[in-house]
Amino acid sequence: MIEFFLQPWPWYVAGPLITLVMFLLFYFGKTFGVSSNLETICAIGGAGKFNSYFKLDWRKNTWNLIFVFGAIIGGFISYQWLTPNEVIALNPQTIQDLSEIGIKNAGQSYLPAEIFSLDALFSLKGILVLLLGGFLVGFGTRYAGGCTSGHAIVGLSNLEIPSLIAVIGFFVGGLIMTWVFIPIIF
Amino acid sequence: MKFIKFFIVGILFGIILSKAEVISWFRIYEMFKFQSFHMYGVIGSAVVLGILIIQLFKKGILKNKDGEQIIIPPKKNAFKANLFGGIIFGLGWALVGACPGPMFILLGRGVLAILIIVFGALLGAFVYHGVKRWMPN
Repeated sequence: MIEFFLQPWPWYVAGPLITLVMFLLFYFGKTFGVSSNLETICAIGGAGKFNSYFKLDWRKNTWNLIFVFGAIIGGFISYQWLTPNEVIALNPQTIQDLSEIGIKNAGQSYLPAEIFSLDALFSLKGILVLLLGGFLVGFGTRYAGGCTSGHAIVGLSNLEIPSLIAVIGFFVGGLIMTWVFIPIIF
Repeated sequence: MKFIKFFIVGILFGIILSKAEVISWFRIYEMFKFQSFHMYGVIGSAVVLGILIIQLFKKGILKNKDGEQIIIPPKKNAFKANLFGGIIFGLGWALVGACPGPMFILLGRGVLAILIIVFGALLGAFVYHGVKRWMPN
């Protein structure tokens, strides 16, 4: 049992467990969706002074902030106790492709040092990449009306056409970034 | 105390996505290169099982904790917003390898650079609501 917890979990374990998370939130009367927390945090941070949209009654979203706080703690717990090493069994082709565009040691840890290390963080290019990526995610998810949880998991499970269109959009954007821009940026 | 259940479900979510490497930039890159089934398996199996469970909601077989039928709020039908917003989101997702859930989970793993991404995401959500009246919807 302990052995299982310490190994990476295969997709057929993780996928159904994500469905369980979705179900539990429905069971407790809520709907799974992480990105609306971005608006809630903006509202708490005083964004209502600049835009009346953010004068929303964010207290009704408290449950979701608590959920996200739990996710942060879940990340901490898995980092501290459940991940003896972060080596990822990537496709060797992926490792080679990344090495050709200057991203070394792919799969030796969860994140590439070229983007997430302190050196990257304290360089102008590094900080711009992080800021831009975050901005696109935040802007896009609110424009599309949901992210991977709200659209790809809940929306597709509920056979919603808007979610299918959004998920197609996620892939169009992701493919353009991966195949066209990432080789230029790095 | 009524919120503690959400805290526990959140912890579960954070552990699942960590242990399945969904929070890894490399896994996202590999997915968009079509070089692994892993991410498709995670999302695909979650959705297939999700479809079955939601059918049980609709038939009234699975109910919420108060014994009421579970009704899912429909997504807004706005073709251009779904598509263009989706594309913008996808560009960011592939660049930093993190959608909103994994962003927060990585924060818990002590990745400092994530703070900039989260700040960017908050800024993005803030700016969207400033300019949305000019955006095709």
